[in-house]
Amino acid sequence: MPSNKSVSDAPIVQFTNCRILRDHWLQREDLWVREGKILNPEKLFFDEKGSADVQLDCKGSIIAPGFIDVQINGGFGVDFSLATDDFKSGIDLVSQKILSHGVTSFCPTLVTSPPSVYHQVLPQISVRNGGGHGAGILGAHLEGPFISREKKGAHPEHCLRTFEAGAFQDLLNTYGSLDCVRIVTLAPEMKRSSEVIRELTKRGVCVSLGHSVANLSQAEEAVQHGATFITHLFNAMLPFHHRDPGIVGLLTSDKIPAGRRVFYGMISDGIHTNPAALRIAHRAHPKGLVLVTDAIAGMGLAPGRHTLGQQVVEIDGLNTYIAGTKTLSGSVATMDTCVRHFQEATGCSVETALEAASLHPAQLLGIEHNKGTLNYDSDADFLMLNDSLYVQATYIAGQEVWRQDASGM
Amino acid sequence: MRLVILEDYDQASEWAAKYICNRIIQFKPSQGRYFTLGLPTGSTPLGCYKKLIEYHKNGDLSFKYVKTFNMDEYVGLPRNHPESYHSYMWNNFFKHIDIDPNNAHILDGNAPDLQAECDAFEKKIEEAGGIDLFVGGIGPDGHIAFNEPGSSLSSRTRLKTLAMDTILANAKYFDGDLSKVPTMALTVGVGTVMDAREVRTHLVLVACVFSRLVGIDTGIESKETFVLQVMILITGAHKAFALYKAIEEGVNHMWTVSAFQQHPRTIFVCDEDATLELRVKTVKYFKGLMHVHNKLVDPLYSMKEN
Repeated sequence: MPSNKSVSDAPIVQFTNCRILRDHWLQREDLWVREGKILNPEKLFFDEKGSADVQLDCKGSIIAPGFIDVQINGGFGVDFSLATDDFKSGIDLVSQKILSHGVTSFCPTLVTSPPSVYHQVLPQISVRNGGGHGAGILGAHLEGPFISREKKGAHPEHCLRTFEAGAFQDLLNTYGSLDCVRIVTLAPEMKRSSEVIRELTKRGVCVSLGHSVANLSQAEEAVQHGATFITHLFNAMLPFHHRDPGIVGLLTSDKIPAGRRVFYGMISDGIHTNPAALRIAHRAHPKGLVLVTDAIAGMGLAPGRHTLGQQVVEIDGLNTYIAGTKTLSGSVATMDTCVRHFQEATGCSVETALEAASLHPAQLLGIEHNKGTLNYDSDADFLMLNDSLYVQATYIAGQEVWRQDASGM
Repeated sequence: MRLVILEDYDQASEWAAKYICNRIIQFKPSQGRYFTLGLPTGSTPLGCYKKLIEYHKNGDLSFKYVKTFNMDEYVGLPRNHPESYHSYMWNNFFKHIDIDPNNAHILDGNAPDLQAECDAFEKKIEEAGGIDLFVGGIGPDGHIAFNEPGSSLSSRTRLKTLAMDTILANAKYFDGDLSKVPTMALTVGVGTVMDAREVRTHLVLVACVFSRLVGIDTGIESKETFVLQVMILITGAHKAFALYKAIEEGVNHMWTVSAFQQHPRTIFVCDEDATLELRVKTVKYFKGLMHVHNKLVDPLYSMKEN
């Protein structure tokens, strides 16, 4: 209840009987929320002489920060790289559906596409807070078209481009605008990439290395110019070699500028990476691991054929290939499945698995003061999970936006 | 005095918690009639706090109509520092119970005018009608609260510089680094804790009778004639010498806990180890009285019965 020295009259909710992830470990503590933010109850008690208006018994659940997916190409029949008339309702549908996977913020990802697609689609993506309508949008992730021909993976070859003529201007012309762009994946071995990386970094865009045949020194140079992320480690890059570890070598490179950390995305669906490789990466650089789904339109739908930008893909169980080939193309894994699989495959602690999907992506994007933790004054985006890390309820800004019903849907 | 000797730390903590629980429940606190409790910090009372929290979580004890006054707080330590007494009380007690934050009083070691803060604290105690039960501990140098050796036995709440013994004892909470330990604190005085309820009760009775006769509401809390009680918790062999000085030697301002020899109602609750420096005769006498002492905690009351 508010009292004489009250800072606000907004209701205060106290989540009790739970274990919260804070300071890297699961603590037997209550979670206090007011006005969409995590509240400091000690300050409330001594400064405001306030106490809770509502107490909710969480029945022993784990409370963790909401998951942040920085690489998701679509889902539930929606393809972010397709410039349809109802693009907006498509992105709304995905943002609403992924709440049940524990995702409270995401970066809609566009694969390599012709400029017309970027010009039509990007203006329809806006950075916005999450809520009952769906997960928050942090900005777009543009994966391509400035990538390597040899490592294009499922990206359409005819849309690949270089920026050797006009460097950053070429990039800007291709995309049209960088207004809501949060991450750009490019291949650093391309001519004039250093200028482009510097320009993007200056504008606050996170540069990621991927779909590339760069060697380790090219990758290190890119990092020195500002690159901070690696797109789906191991996939679409040169394999680790003991005399030239390539991009994978960034995990243990000694040429990373002081005070900076290189993060790397991992699709831990059990298919894109062998569990042993996942363990090697995790053990080499545990603090940099960011779980991503790289989910495509077919995620959440029945097996069969779906689109991925300009391509047609075929889904068979958890495997998704370019139709008629054995080339992997995105995944149909959900974020909570990835978290569980990561925890099982590496044998890491529950805290580590949860942080790989929340704290680390927030740190990558430089938003950890607000997202990715349950620290006081952070946005109250959190999940209730059981001990096996199945999501039971999703909260955004302190409001319940999804709950698993009794039938387990 | 009563000297209640239990076998070990856990039993001593439990006895003390049961005693506090019974006193609160028997008082029948309600709106406008609060039970006032003086509270200590440090490692000794932790077990007692845990038991009180347990009674609360079981629904047997509510702190809704309890007012608390802590004995002391460091000066200059930020309130949210993990070693401040505010943090201690929040983490070890307040956050687990249903006390109204307006009723939890702790001295502010960062107040702009420290003496004014002390005077205001004394006034708050007075306005609350005095303290029904003051629970305290004892330092290895025999101090009560931060009334270091040499403190006047009639002292009131004030600023004190900590003695080296105290700083050494507290270093373990500051990574063993002596330079990190605060050197000053605000503390209730020996006189504050010794305050006899009889005088206050007398004045309150007169005022109540008068107001009833005249038919006005003076707003003074009316209480039964309830004499202030002091309970000192002492456990561990390292406190044994201080206990000896406090109860088997004379009243002395070098061992300020000894002042309670002159208080009408004091209970010392200790474990076997704390009695190591006492005379066998003293220990035997009081152990022989345990069946009497135990009537204070058995039966253990519960608010569920009301």
